[in-house]
Amino acid sequence: MIGSARDIVEECGVPRFVFTDFPLGNPVGKPDDVAMQSTMVRLALALVGSAAGPRTTVQAPFVWSDDEGWRDRYMQITDQAALAEEGRARRARQAAARARVP
Amino acid sequence: MKPRSHRSFISYIDRSRAYYAAQGYEEPYRWATHDDAPFARLAQPLEECRVGVVTTAYFPAGHEPEGVPTGPEKQPYAAPTALASGCVHTDDLSWAKEETHTDDLDTYLPVHRLAEAEADGLIGSISPRFYGIPTRYSHRRSSTEDAPEVARWMHEDQVDVAILVPL
Repeated sequence: MIGSARDIVEECGVPRFVFTDFPLGNPVGKPDDVAMQSTMVRLALALVGSAAGPRTTVQAPFVWSDDEGWRDRYMQITDQAALAEEGRARRARQAAARARVP
Repeated sequence: MKPRSHRSFISYIDRSRAYYAAQGYEEPYRWATHDDAPFARLAQPLEECRVGVVTTAYFPAGHEPEGVPTGPEKQPYAAPTALASGCVHTDDLSWAKEETHTDDLDTYLPVHRLAEAEADGLIGSISPRFYGIPTRYSHRRSSTEDAPEVARWMHEDQVDVAILVPL
């Protein structure tokens, strides 16, 4: 597996895992960076032969950005009231959709 | 080197639990956890292996190629690798849309990079099909219905090595 959500994958447990410490969306490397993508794929292929047992994690040797703000921004809770309202609205939509199903 | 008081990588389990709690979902999602993980050693050299990729991306409704299930609910699929480019989409999945984009297919479905690995003789071949598995809330359906179906397709295609790449 190649992925960026380390805790989810490791709690689940997989045979071999290449962890890419990037924002979710580009686990195989940055857009348009063919060399990085190629390294990532080859790292994963090498791990197929080199892993001694299950739950073998290797971390890809790349940094997304010197600015680590992306780590805080994902699912950041900035406006509690707006989020609560968003949740209420979604539940109402889902309830309405369920009511339409015969 | 930057000294830190916390682990550097994001805990998506913690982050999403707090976020959905703020939206009023009181019962947190229960993530899949297993005491054991499967493992199989490579039975032949990598340069003789066929490699298949599994993605969580999907074809947009109305643009599914022949053989890919249509309908309101996503289903597992197998589609020609040649059709991946420009066809699969990721809009409805959760990823860091404020930080990056998925316009470059190989950042999450590396069919061109694997074709190059084949051309370089690193692997035997890339599978003629790639495989899609829907993100579901139901662990049961993922493990007892979707995964076996994808495994069957891979068996048909004589895939030796599967690379799973969730968005």
